[in-house]
This record gives sequence, C-alpha cells and structure tokens, in this order.
Amino acid sequence: MTLTMLKRKLTRRPGQRAVIAVPYLWLLVLFLIPFVIVLKISFAEQELAIPPYSPLITTDPDFGRLNIALNYQNYADIFQNFWSSLSSMLNPFSDSNGNNIYLLTYWLSIKTALTTTFICLLLGYPIAYAISRANPSIRNGLLLAIMLPFWTSFLLRVYAWMGLLGHNGIINNYLMEYGIISQPLDLFYNAFSLNLVMVYAYLPFMILPLYTQLVKMDDRLLEAASDLGAGPIKAFFAITLPLSKTGIIAGSMLVFVPAVGEFVIPELVGGSENLMIGKVLWQAFFDQNNWPLASAIAVIMVILLVIPIALFHHYENREIEEGAR
Amino acid sequence: MSKYKLSWFLKLMLGLGLAFLYIPLVVLVIYSFNESKLVTVWGGFSTKWYGELASNSTILEAAWLSLRIAVVSSLAAVILGTLAGYALARIKRFRGSTLFAGMVSAPMVMPDVITGLSMLLLIIQVQIFLQNSELLGWLYFDRGFFTIFLGHTTLCMAYITVVIRSRLVELDQSLEEAAMDLGARPLKIFFVITLPLIAPAIASGFLLGITLSLDDLVITSFLSGPGSSTLPQVIFSKIKLGLDPQMNVLATIMITIVGTLVIAINYYMMRQTTKREREAAEAYRQEKIALDA
Repeated sequence: MTLTMLKRKLTRRPGQRAVIAVPYLWLLVLFLIPFVIVLKISFAEQELAIPPYSPLITTDPDFGRLNIALNYQNYADIFQNFWSSLSSMLNPFSDSNGNNIYLLTYWLSIKTALTTTFICLLLGYPIAYAISRANPSIRNGLLLAIMLPFWTSFLLRVYAWMGLLGHNGIINNYLMEYGIISQPLDLFYNAFSLNLVMVYAYLPFMILPLYTQLVKMDDRLLEAASDLGAGPIKAFFAITLPLSKTGIIAGSMLVFVPAVGEFVIPELVGGSENLMIGKVLWQAFFDQNNWPLASAIAVIMVILLVIPIALFHHYENREIEEGAR
Repeated sequence: MSKYKLSWFLKLMLGLGLAFLYIPLVVLVIYSFNESKLVTVWGGFSTKWYGELASNSTILEAAWLSLRIAVVSSLAAVILGTLAGYALARIKRFRGSTLFAGMVSAPMVMPDVITGLSMLLLIIQVQIFLQNSELLGWLYFDRGFFTIFLGHTTLCMAYITVVIRSRLVELDQSLEEAAMDLGARPLKIFFVITLPLIAPAIASGFLLGITLSLDDLVITSFLSGPGSSTLPQVIFSKIKLGLDPQMNVLATIMITIVGTLVIAINYYMMRQTTKREREAAEAYRQEKIALDA
C-alpha cells in the first residue's frame, strides 16, 4: 500500500460520503431513472387514458399472477421496410428518399449533424489556431469575441438569420435593389439555411476545445521541424494536427451529438423537407400524444449516440489524466 | 520574424470567422431602430419599437419568470456542481465512480428532446403516485416553476461540475496538505483554503448556469405547465409566426446587457491577474535584495 493510499484511507470521513451522495442521488433520480422510465414506456401501447399508455405489469385479479406485456410495435413501426428504405436512401439516383419516415429522419439528422461538424471543423480549426498563435496580450480578447455571441440568446441569434435569409429578407432586398439579381435567391427553408444556422450556432463549441489543445503546444516543436527542413504545410500535418487530435475529437463530439437531436433550428429555418428526428419525437409526443412511440424514438436515438458519447468520455478522461500529470 | 506573427491565411480566417459571428447581430441591432413595420425594409430611424416592448406585459412577465428560475437553479446547480466536482477531482475512486462521472457529463451532450422527455415522464409518474397515495397526497405539485427548476438545475450542474473539476485538478494540493498536516479538519480546509481558491471557477460556473437556464427552450417546454411560459417559450412562439420588430429590440437589449457584463467581468479579472503578477514581481525583487545584502 502506497503512502498516498494510506493517507486517503485515514482521512476519509463521513463528510466525504455526503459530498458524493448528494449530487449522486440527484443525478440518479433526475437523470438515470427517467431513462429507465422512457425505456419502459417505449414497450407500452398507446391508450386513450391518462397517462396515455398501457401498464406493462398488471396483476391478474383471479389468480394473483403477474402479467408482463411487452409491446414491440413501436420499434417495429420505426424499423419497417428497413432494407428497402436503406437502399433507396443510400442510392443517389433514387427520387424517393426512402419510404420510411422514421428511418429517413434518423438518416437526415445524422447527415445534417455530420455536415455541421465537418464545416465547423474546417472553419473552427484555423480560427482556433490563429487565436492560439496570436500575441498573448490579445488572445483573451479574441476568445471573448468568439464567445460573446454564445452568451446572448440562442433563439434570437437564429431569428437574426431569419431576417437576413428570407425571401423578402435583408440580403435579397439589397441584392434586388442594386440590380445584382432580378429574382430573389432561394436562401431560406432549405438545406442551405439549415446547415448555415447550425454551423453558426455550434461553431464556438468547436473552437473552444481546439483552442485549449492548440495553445498548450510547444512552439519549439515547430521550430525544430523548420530547422530540419520541413515546410509549414508539412510541419502542420506532421506535428500540429496529430497533437491537436484530442481537441478535434472533443470539439466534434460537442457539435455532433447535440446536433443530431436539434429541434429548434430545423423547426425555424429548415423547411418541411429537412425533418430531423428531434422534431419527429416532439410531434409524436405533443401532437399525436403517442408517448410510447416518442419513447421508442428516444431510445433508438440514445443507442445511436452511445458510441460517440463513450468515445468522448474516453478522450476527456485521458486529457484530464494527462493534465494532472 | 516576430514570434506571434500570423500568416495572411490565419488572419483572413479569423476575420471571416468574426464577421460571420457578428454580422447577423449587428444587422439585428441596426434594424431595431427601424421606423418601418416591415422588419427587413429600412424606413428611417425610430425608437418606437422600444416603447412597444416596454408595454408588452407577456414578454415582461416571461422575462421575470425566466430570471427567477435562472437564479434559483444556478444557485442549486453551483452547490451540486461544487460537490460533484470535488468528489471527482479529490476523492476520485469510490463505489460507482465511473457511473457517477458518466452521469455528470451526460446532460451536456444529450439532446435536449431526450432529457426533456425523460424528465417529464418521471415527473408524471411521481404525480400519479402522489395523487393515488393517501398519505402523501398533500405533496402533489403541478408542472411549473418547480419542475422547470429541477430540469435546469440538472442541466446547469453538468457544465458547472466540469468547470469546477478542471479548476480543482489544476490546483496545487500542497496548501490543502499543509493544512491537513497542521491538524485542520477537512470541512475547515474546504472552507478556509479550497473554496477561496476555486471561487473564480464557482463564479464563472454560476454565470454559465444563468446563461444556460435563460437560453433553454426544449427542456423547459417539456417541463412547464399551462400558465408558466419562460422568455424563450414566448420568443419561440412569436418568431415561428414570422418576423417581429419587437424581437429585434429584445435582442438589442440582451446583447447590450450581456456584452457590458462580459466585458466588465473580463476587465476586472484581467486587472486582478496583473495585480497579482505585479505583487509577485515585487516580492521577488524584495527577496533578491535581501539575499544580495
């Protein structure tokens, strides 16, 4: 037994148990148990009752037996014609974008989230790199400038783009007035506006982890590379990029995972073709009052996201351990 | 070549990035002073929409509710987040620590629709249980301030824990160990040494919590009941119907408040840092004089 372990054993007091127990219980009751309830309700049937779903476990009054009725219909609905939908979704020449609304929206959500993540990375990397290489006296100011829009209302930032991009929006108005275009450009309620506003909203989440990683980099490594005859581009790919891997992964997860479930941006600027899964869940719950279906959609979404979230944790923990060393 | 000279490409990207982030906001502010009823057509300078907003009781009431929820849930989240951050950074390995670490950061990445849905389903189960139970029936509550508070606290706690944990990990533990050697009890060490050292992280965590709470729409929509609409809910239902000059005014006011606050806080913190550096340099100089003598 090492000395630190002994010290830790000797100093552990009941107070420490309370330190752990209070937040632990809070999260258990308000975060983990709710997921178990979602899982449970996803196997129930929709009913015209309050609450509008069937009980899973009932006791038979005559025999006193427990009846457990698991209903897989919600999952079956989501996965119906899986293969034919999948092949038509992946086929670039197919007219119909798959004939299953649920699979299609899962696919569109992942596609939109991947596009957003990729553009955020392309835009965010040079910005984060520029800030990390800037004079230390202005670094904080630049970082603040990137973060400032993030502190103002998210909805009103989306609203700002609605005013700019619309058919009679500010951009079209000015372009028409100066005779640059004769017809208004189709900027709104389509994939373009959806991706643009998604990138706008999530860009700071990409820049921050990249910056924290890049600012730690030792300049002498680049000097050494240059002394050994590597050009700036070669030095970038051989040194800077591999050293910022943790930041790239953390930033990508912080953008990708919440973007998959995004509800507000597709609803406000996406138009009807760009349905995302968050919206479908919302409709199933609030409009169709189908709680079991909404729960099943959520369960599949969680399963889809578990892999990137687990990856994120892995890298986050590694970074913290490295930081502690 | 100076060490901190940026290439033209990096300068260009930085400029484009800042322009991308700020142009929509600047346009929003300019058009808040628009005379015209058409939001996107400039009709001359006017402040009439400011007057309209000041008399819009729906928005004012929603803003007041949002502000109260934000303060209360950020306070609760700071307490929970400090405990959780301390447990993760200082106690480290305990039974269920992996699950704990996972649960702490999961609300940050989990899509809001899932968090909102799952919390609502829990709350409904509790409500049904309370309604049917003879003993606990008096505990029954409706959806509103309390349920939104629960949701926001859980969300904010995740972010605050990360902020406080990373501050504690960076912190030099020797001061705490010295106090322990001198016989101070853990509770005293925490309040006399650790807490003042992590106070900046707690303050920024609190502000982050306020921002997150004031901004949340989706979780709130699941957890609010009739008669309790927060500001984002009112904004959302208004802008879904189309453009509204009052929203430009609201945005301008928010940008002004947030901008002033953030810059003031940053200025204060920068001055603190330079003061500390100057003191350290002075102490070093004194030491050197003493040694030379």
